[in-house]
Amino acid sequence: MADERIDLEQIRAIAHLARLRLADDEVEPMRRDINAILGYVDKLNELDTTGVEPMTHVAVERTPMRADEVREQRVIERALGGAPEVSDGSFVVPKVVG
Amino acid sequence: MIARGIKQLRRAFDEGETTPEALVDEALRRIESGDSELGAFLHLASEQARKRASDSTLRYRAGNARPLEGIPIALKDVICTAEMPTTCASRLLDGYRPPYSATVVERLEGAGAIIVGKVNNDEFAMGSSTENSGYQLTRNPWDPSRTPGGSSGGSAAAVAARFVPAALGTDTGGSIRQPASFCGIVGLKPTYGRVSRYGLVAYASSLDQIGPLASSAEDCAEILQIVAGGDPRDSTCVTHPVPSYLAELGQPLAGLRLGLPREYWGEGLAPDVASSARGALEVYRELGAELVELELPHTEYAVAAYYLVATAEASSNLARFDGVRYGVRKSAEGGSLLEMYKATRHDGFGSEVKRRIMLGTYALSAGYYDAYYLKALKVRSLIRDDFLRAFARCDAIVGPTMPDVAFPIGAYVDDPLQMYLTDIFTVTANLAGLPAISFPCGVGGGGLPVGLQLIAPAFAESLLLRAVHRYQQATDWHHRVPARYAE
Repeated sequence: MADERIDLEQIRAIAHLARLRLADDEVEPMRRDINAILGYVDKLNELDTTGVEPMTHVAVERTPMRADEVREQRVIERALGGAPEVSDGSFVVPKVVG
Repeated sequence: MIARGIKQLRRAFDEGETTPEALVDEALRRIESGDSELGAFLHLASEQARKRASDSTLRYRAGNARPLEGIPIALKDVICTAEMPTTCASRLLDGYRPPYSATVVERLEGAGAIIVGKVNNDEFAMGSSTENSGYQLTRNPWDPSRTPGGSSGGSAAAVAARFVPAALGTDTGGSIRQPASFCGIVGLKPTYGRVSRYGLVAYASSLDQIGPLASSAEDCAEILQIVAGGDPRDSTCVTHPVPSYLAELGQPLAGLRLGLPREYWGEGLAPDVASSARGALEVYRELGAELVELELPHTEYAVAAYYLVATAEASSNLARFDGVRYGVRKSAEGGSLLEMYKATRHDGFGSEVKRRIMLGTYALSAGYYDAYYLKALKVRSLIRDDFLRAFARCDAIVGPTMPDVAFPIGAYVDDPLQMYLTDIFTVTANLAGLPAISFPCGVGGGGLPVGLQLIAPAFAESLLLRAVHRYQQATDWHHRVPARYAE
């Protein structure tokens, strides 16, 4: 169909890039929603933007500078405190290397 | 007492008419009796609040009260608090407690304000109804069958029900102004960079701003005065001097040029919204303002540009929620790291968050970047230039905040795109980085509030607050309280 901008295979590929598992029954509803939104945003192609600079950030002032000083921070224990699994001052993850 | 406003509360404390302890008790009592229906609070810090209130009471007695001493405040749950959970209304962050508090929290507490708890929002601030919370629905205090708006729906509902005099919210595409409009209160989105975002869980970093919600412009000025200003811990936070918003509130409006963009006043407005908004223009004319008709010709492209820019940034910002450092992990015994990431994000994120991550990932992916993300950034330039041209002819832009009053719960649940389209008047200020304010200007169908929006040049918060304050001295829409929450 002419208005199909994205297919199920692309949805699965994007989900992998985004590190999202989608259950089998979630793939088609996601495709339908993303397809509808992409159909809407195609409206931007009505505008000729040749020669227009992309606005990558809001330039209201130069980024303020500060001295690069070492400051003592005692946050490691507290930072680890919010993690699902920790050991010996480190975050624990499933085994990566065999 | 809560409905009195910050200045009057401070006076009542100074004169011994009441104490911060009594006021915090009143706030907690109102929340405990009213919030089971309203659903604004995710976390109530009663014990901490009472303890701080007794300190504040002593400070008034000792004569060393600070500017917001004893004033109860609620925080949207995307703002980090070391002493309270911070969930972003996501199941992925269930029970998460950050290692530090946001700069805005430190500044509020440093000024004597009392954080009474964390309020609901759409998960990671993504939504326009607070229905995307992973925990609970928040209802509109004017009509429990309707949404309070979003994503700062808990902040707006808590203020409208007079649980607290003020709250902080965040605004990425209208998330302070839209719920303020739906709940009949004032909400200010400051200029991009005006308020530190250190300790704000990021949604879309080139758009997000923290700002106040309160029943009056004067109370918003009280809060902004404390939270605005440079922060060495946030390099996007500008060091531009902070004026005295409170001192400038009383300046007259004579000669103020208000721009009426054709695109904000045309078809698509609900008739009751249009008539309330036009009524407010009459008030401004009587206050000495001059009305200037003009155009913002790229308005109709703003929602499309916004949803590409915001979701692209979100897909990057939310990569950090991977089951390693924060919150909840889901993994099968013996499963790989990759499977753990995917399972955690599948179970932890709600459907709107997943949709936006997917759209943003797609817009940034190889082969589509130029067609979607880069195109949106170019259109963003055109939208900013519309405003620059308009501000050569006027001092602020005026129009309805929303095309209609608060919608029923569930109205857009099967059609996310239709809900996105209701953001048409609010997303432009974020794309251009401009300050904007919404305030109540009338009542529409079903007794629901109508909001008017003013948008000003960068760093003209003072003008916005003054323009709304003068309007509120001439009218009393901001004194209306929903019947079920009136004292």
